[in-house]
Amino acid sequence: MSLLEVAGVHTYYGNIHALKGISLAVEAGEIVTLIGANGAGKSTTLKTISGLLRPREGAVHLEGTDLLREPAHEIVRRGIVHVPEGRRIFARLSVRDNLAAGAITRDDKAGVAADMEMVYETFPRLRERRRQAGGTLSGGEQQMLAIGRGLMGKPRVLLLDEPSMGLAPILVEEIFDIIRRLNGDQGVTILLVEQNALAALDVADRGYVLETGAIRLEGPAAELRTNPEVIEAYLGG
Amino acid sequence: MPWSRRLRRLHPTDVIMGIVGASVIAVVLYGSYETLRSGRYDGTDWFSFLVAGLTQGSIYALIALGYTLVYGILRMINFAHGEIFTAGAMTTFYLATWLSGKGWLTADRLGSAAGARVLGTIVLLIVFSALISSIVAVVLERVAYRPLRGAPRLIPLITAIGASFFLQYTLRGLYGSGIRPYPDVSVLNRELTFGGGYSIAMDEVVVIGSAFVLMLALVAFVQGTRTGMAMRAVAEDRQAAALMGIDVDRTIATTFAVGGALAGAAGVLYALLFRQTQFFMGFIPGLKAFTAAVLGGIGNIPGAMLGGLFLGIAESIGPFLFLEGLGIPSPNQLKDAIAFTMLVLVLIFRPTGILGERVSKRA
Ligand SMILES: Nc1ncnc2c1ncn2[C@@H]1O[C@H](COP(=O)(O)OP(=O)(O)OP(=O)(O)O)[C@@H](O)[C@H]1O
Ligand SMILES: [Mg+2]
Repeated sequence: MSLLEVAGVHTYYGNIHALKGISLAVEAGEIVTLIGANGAGKSTTLKTISGLLRPREGAVHLEGTDLLREPAHEIVRRGIVHVPEGRRIFARLSVRDNLAAGAITRDDKAGVAADMEMVYETFPRLRERRRQAGGTLSGGEQQMLAIGRGLMGKPRVLLLDEPSMGLAPILVEEIFDIIRRLNGDQGVTILLVEQNALAALDVADRGYVLETGAIRLEGPAAELRTNPEVIEAYLGG
Repeated sequence: MPWSRRLRRLHPTDVIMGIVGASVIAVVLYGSYETLRSGRYDGTDWFSFLVAGLTQGSIYALIALGYTLVYGILRMINFAHGEIFTAGAMTTFYLATWLSGKGWLTADRLGSAAGARVLGTIVLLIVFSALISSIVAVVLERVAYRPLRGAPRLIPLITAIGASFFLQYTLRGLYGSGIRPYPDVSVLNRELTFGGGYSIAMDEVVVIGSAFVLMLALVAFVQGTRTGMAMRAVAEDRQAAALMGIDVDRTIATTFAVGGALAGAAGVLYALLFRQTQFFMGFIPGLKAFTAAVLGGIGNIPGAMLGGLFLGIAESIGPFLFLEGLGIPSPNQLKDAIAFTMLVLVLIFRPTGILGERVSKRA
């Protein structure tokens, strides 16, 4: 049994049929990436897993428990943390409070304090600005805050939606480094959505290629990277 | 920007509004000057106007907080909030009358054991009323507003107006349409004198003191507890809050409970002060508190507190300060006009309120 299993999922926005039977699996300890053109349904897939959207058909299981019976806030408690597209930080809350909000479901005070320290170590910029309102951070800093806030939830599975969006190249590299470290050192399982397909296939163990709401290709990341179709469509052929 | 450029950019309506604003200020200044010149009121009079204003303003502030909390989290004006206030005050009438019959509201002076029991009874009445109003608010949210969570914003607004009528007539059906006078707590009619003619009535001390404690408690709750943090997060971004593991529905219900509790507490304070309760009693205070919330910047907690106090003081001092100087007979009857003129002026000149930021477009 896989850690996270999505089977035959159909998700709609009103009449718009956004996901047309998506199936994917993520094993414990893996980094899996989801790539595809704009509007392919990558974000919709993550929202379906985290419970923001309800599919009309299909199933989502975490270690065999049916997630479609759980509201979004319960899914977080089960260890799936979704860092959404476009950061969505709390603009009027301080950086510190944003991080604390990420840990709002946790009762282990010592653990929360240790994780906050870990986030500050990872993103020293956030420590400097901890008293500042989240909305006054630069775009890149907000992205760091969004990731840090996600980590505060102590995820077993982290869903990252375009974490490198809008970041300077040097920061992009840093973000991918952090993803690698989270996975390697802390054993966090990661499902990564990225525009930057090359970098994503570089860190990932496996990948799925999404096209207009359906899975077009799947396989080990190394294979996808050399697949001519993928190279032509996503790696700038 | 140089003056000439600014002048050319002026729109005709800006000019008209500018003239309106300037004339209001001129009239207020002229009236105040005339009153002060006549020397009709001395320092002790102004002091007692100020205290009366703070007392009334504390009640407005408590109710205004309910409007602002709900607006902050749902971007919706809960027009039934005045009735939530009434529900607490009228239900507590029975408890107050019963306890008064047992002598719990009677004492010679506050500094005695009986006096302590009077204060304890008042606290009990406040807690009871807060509980009743809180329950009404939560049920209202669950039944009337939650099913409309995804609907366009006008729809819950209209529902709120309907809910206001529904509650009013339910209260009339339950408690009748007559006036129910609260028991007289005579020990609160005493005055605390400071010499030089300055004094405060004990009921004013009780109202201002209770309101102050409740507002401190609210700030501590919103800033210092996990639920308060959840409320702030949901107010900013409901979806992102859900992604943190916050139960959005429960947090919204809690917000209604807290706003309702403050309104219920305000209901008892109002009844202690004016003694009369009736099914319609929440209408004017509700409207005034809404004005106060807008004055302070709706959605803004300190804004609602300041707006309430400011409105209370303006209503209490205004008639004597500038209306009387204009030669208007019995100016005190016009205090509602002052309140609502202020509402209109704020909506025209500073729709975001005194402390308000620009309301974000993100819904
Ligand atoms: N709120 C919405 N209402 C209606 N349609 C939507 C909504 N959100 C997304 N869609 C549609 O669903 C499809 C999938 O969108 P989705 O956001 O999942 O794409 P994506 O792969 O994440 O794209 P991008 O790389 O641009 O973020 C698109 O056709 C989009 O237009
Ligand atoms: Mg997307």
